[in-house]
Amino acid sequence: MPVEVRLPTVLRSRAGGKSSIQADGGTLGEVLSDAVRQFPDLAGQVVTDDGVLHKFVNVYRNDEDVRYLDKLDTAVSGGDVISILPAVAGG
Amino acid sequence: MAVAASILDLIGDTPLVEVSQLSPNPSVRILAKLEGQNPGGSVKDRIALAMVKDAEASGALQPGQTILEPSSGNTGIGLALVCRLKGYKLRIVLPENVSPERRQLLENFGAEVISSPADEGSNGAVRKAQRMAAEMPDVAFLYQYGNPANPRAHYEGTGPEIWRDCPEVTHFVSGLGTSGTLMGVGRYLKDKNSAVGIWAVEPPAGELVQGLRNIDEGFVPPVFDPDLIDRRIIVRPRESIEWIRRLAEDAAIFAGISSGASMAGVARAANEIDEGVIVTVFPDGGWKYLSTGAWTDPIDEVVERLNNIIYF
Repeated sequence: MPVEVRLPTVLRSRAGGKSSIQADGGTLGEVLSDAVRQFPDLAGQVVTDDGVLHKFVNVYRNDEDVRYLDKLDTAVSGGDVISILPAVAGG
Repeated sequence: MAVAASILDLIGDTPLVEVSQLSPNPSVRILAKLEGQNPGGSVKDRIALAMVKDAEASGALQPGQTILEPSSGNTGIGLALVCRLKGYKLRIVLPENVSPERRQLLENFGAEVISSPADEGSNGAVRKAQRMAAEMPDVAFLYQYGNPANPRAHYEGTGPEIWRDCPEVTHFVSGLGTSGTLMGVGRYLKDKNSAVGIWAVEPPAGELVQGLRNIDEGFVPPVFDPDLIDRRIIVRPRESIEWIRRLAEDAAIFAGISSGASMAGVARAANEIDEGVIVTVFPDGGWKYLSTGAWTDPIDEVVERLNNIIYF
């Protein structure tokens, strides 16, 4: 069952202008791979060529930062929402 | 201390107050540290004073010099108060989309406000200040995001105060802006008891920054050590507003919007643990957010407004 992947403004032009896409997979890594398969311009933007999350991107499963879950191995299932956001500071 | 020599002596040593009546789990106590009691009205007074003292001690800051700093408001206000008393000039690079009260307070304390584009958020203010600092070698650039005096102010101040007042703390939940509060308090508490859980709470600020040209314009503060925290969660504006309203109604605490986000994080933590004592920080009071209608207007309207302003 596909999950919703919400894209930040800065990545939408790489996904046909969409703010949200559907992608398949049992883990976050699989979902993001499926997203790149559908929209090849997303390659390297969220997951680097070295296979880790990009330093300036935060990815959340249902508003929880996946870096503190199981990173790209974080389990996802139908109904989950994956949010991709650029790293932003306050202060 | 009956008479303080100056307002700067009133920074820190803020009260910790029980708000367990708001706990969703009767076996979990909740204590909030009221940083709005600082003279400039926020937790950032601590780092403003610490960074200025540190720069004075190292010689990086000379009498009468101009300080330049990017800030979404509170650090700027803290610096403005310190600079006014210590005789420094201050220029703050402030995103256009902060509440008008923040700008007014800065101007009240004599700071010069330089605007940065709303759609670049704090990241844009940081970039602009960095460019200006490179072009103006005579200004002192304290740079809260990369200045070790920022987390150190919390390692030496806020953290020990929490431990002194509540050594039974099991979890610390706090907002993530520069990460200074989380890094300093988190490290201090982990040094005292490595079992203390450290949770970071943040707004969905990444949705605000429509103006980034590419993903490399994201920003992670150099003082942030991701390994120190255990969980990191987003709290959306609606939940933050619901919690500041509950704080006002059930605890008579008039807290700023990021305090509501902290309480939402605390509630999630309280629901996940069997028992414990959660300490959180309320970074500021509600005064600077009255213009958002946060306590008075229909919540849908308030949420819409908050989707367009920076409150961290």
